[in-house]
Amino acid sequence: MIKIAVASGKGGTGKTMVATSLATALAPTFEINFIDCDVEAPNGHLFLNPQITQTQPAVTLIPEINQDECIACGKCVNVCMFNALAMLQDEVLVFPQLCHGCGSCKLVCPVNAITEKPNPIGVISQGLVNSKINFFMGELTISEPMPTPIIRQTKKLASDRTGITILDSPPGASCSVVATIHDADYVILVTEPTPFGLHDLKQMIGVLSETGSPAGVIINRDGIGDNSVETFLENQPYPILMKIPYQSEIAHGLAAGKVLVDFMPEYQQNFSDLFTQIMDNLDIKGDETC
Amino acid sequence: MLTSRHNVKQLVILSGKGGTGKTSISASLMHLSASSKHRAVFVDADVDAANLALVCQAQPISTHSYWGSHIAEIDAQKCNRSGICYEVCRYDAILLPHSSKDTYHINPLLCDGCAACVYQCPESAIRMIKQKDGDWFHSKTPYGNLFHAELFPAAENTGKLVTTVKQNAKLFAEDQKIPLMIIDGPPGIGCPAISASAGADLALLVAEPGVSGIHDLKRVMHTLGHFNVPVIICINKADLDAITAGEIHALAKSNNDQMVVEIPFDESIPKAMVLGLPITEFDPARITSQRIREIWAQIQDFLFGERNGSEKI
Repeated sequence: MIKIAVASGKGGTGKTMVATSLATALAPTFEINFIDCDVEAPNGHLFLNPQITQTQPAVTLIPEINQDECIACGKCVNVCMFNALAMLQDEVLVFPQLCHGCGSCKLVCPVNAITEKPNPIGVISQGLVNSKINFFMGELTISEPMPTPIIRQTKKLASDRTGITILDSPPGASCSVVATIHDADYVILVTEPTPFGLHDLKQMIGVLSETGSPAGVIINRDGIGDNSVETFLENQPYPILMKIPYQSEIAHGLAAGKVLVDFMPEYQQNFSDLFTQIMDNLDIKGDETC
Repeated sequence: MLTSRHNVKQLVILSGKGGTGKTSISASLMHLSASSKHRAVFVDADVDAANLALVCQAQPISTHSYWGSHIAEIDAQKCNRSGICYEVCRYDAILLPHSSKDTYHINPLLCDGCAACVYQCPESAIRMIKQKDGDWFHSKTPYGNLFHAELFPAAENTGKLVTTVKQNAKLFAEDQKIPLMIIDGPPGIGCPAISASAGADLALLVAEPGVSGIHDLKRVMHTLGHFNVPVIICINKADLDAITAGEIHALAKSNNDQMVVEIPFDESIPKAMVLGLPITEFDPARITSQRIREIWAQIQDFLFGERNGSEKI
């Protein structure tokens, strides 16, 4: 399996447009797995319209204290790095939203008074797009704070698939982005030619220096803003893979929930070429993947 | 002597979907508040893609290290390769030895900082190292004081850094008797968005038309509903798609019959951004600037129950 992640730093630059277009353009030729890792605001399904065949909860394992067995020694409270446990008089209290589900409390309890129970924090959906693209989506439940366990579990669910996996990343440059892209073979960075786009692109390049993945850049809404992104990239090892001009026709099509390569078929070839360019970069022949 | 704590109102700007225009509108609210009677302290709570300082001529006056997370480290001298760390780690952060002479290693990118391995290692060969995850700044701008941060790329604990920055802004506002905090929030609805909206008296939601915009707007509305934060809505780039813009109006109507301010798609927003200026200052006569002044009037009306007489709309 080859994993291509689509990330951006700045939000709203066109990650989902690129990820859905790449998946759609390659679907006739390759086995495609699309994973929506933007679990706080997943939008891929709005464009791909998958038939969802299966859903399951995404969970963290939270401790349950058997108060009859508990000797109130406080060890579990002391080892918790996230303040998810507290001692109130002689009783241990659990705060599920702070718990990372690491299991450390259970391991240190000297009297085995702790069991773990699944705490649902989101939903993972699986399905098919036009009986062609395998679709996976994680979705964080409203008011739950932690996206990363859902991203990990959604990716794990798709980990035995073959072919090409396209990961639609959340915005930003912190833990949820790392959880999405850390094992990607290639990262497509989507930016826009503005000071905000440039600032957040630099943040993403900082992330790539930690993960070590090769990457290239797509400049979306080319023509707005200034040239600072291109000037900056002149001295970077990240090629410009594609430029997509700002066109109101594109904005209208996306607003209506259409995939770019469907309503502007001339982009079909651009995205096939993009894939070839990525494969050349990875030094892997595309046909070895299917 | 006892002094009563000064009450600081909090306005948070959120969107769910990224790139709808939160920061451009926040910068304009900074500019408008500076010339109104409700001065404000400003916070950029989008700490891993912090852009507000780029459009308000921010000059840092103090820089503070932010130490947030912990990462495990294995002492190769003490490790006897029991492999227990590998068994207990739920984050795939323990790397197997490369050879028969090698020890276990930590992948710092995947380490969640839970310390389960530290407590289970029979040789006490693992310890937690506190990480510097970024910096936060107190800056001066022509419009007032800005508190903002730069989280290091790939770092954790965004919610905690948001809380740190907000706490410092609030102390400053209390001390200076400034009545309002304007918080430019992050996209999404998870921990940093929840931290940004904790204690908020009002949220301004910057929506954009389109299937994604409305889907994510609903999610952020439900999140704020859960935390009992009242919202007002503006639709940016409103002329992009009439159908979904209409849906946003309907959504607002069902949510306490709210008024919605529309801002048209405006190519001068990136132009103002390139110059590092709020749009209301770059071109006050534009329809975009007029609409943002309407939003500012609504905000003041909601939070202070009065409109600033100098800002007739």
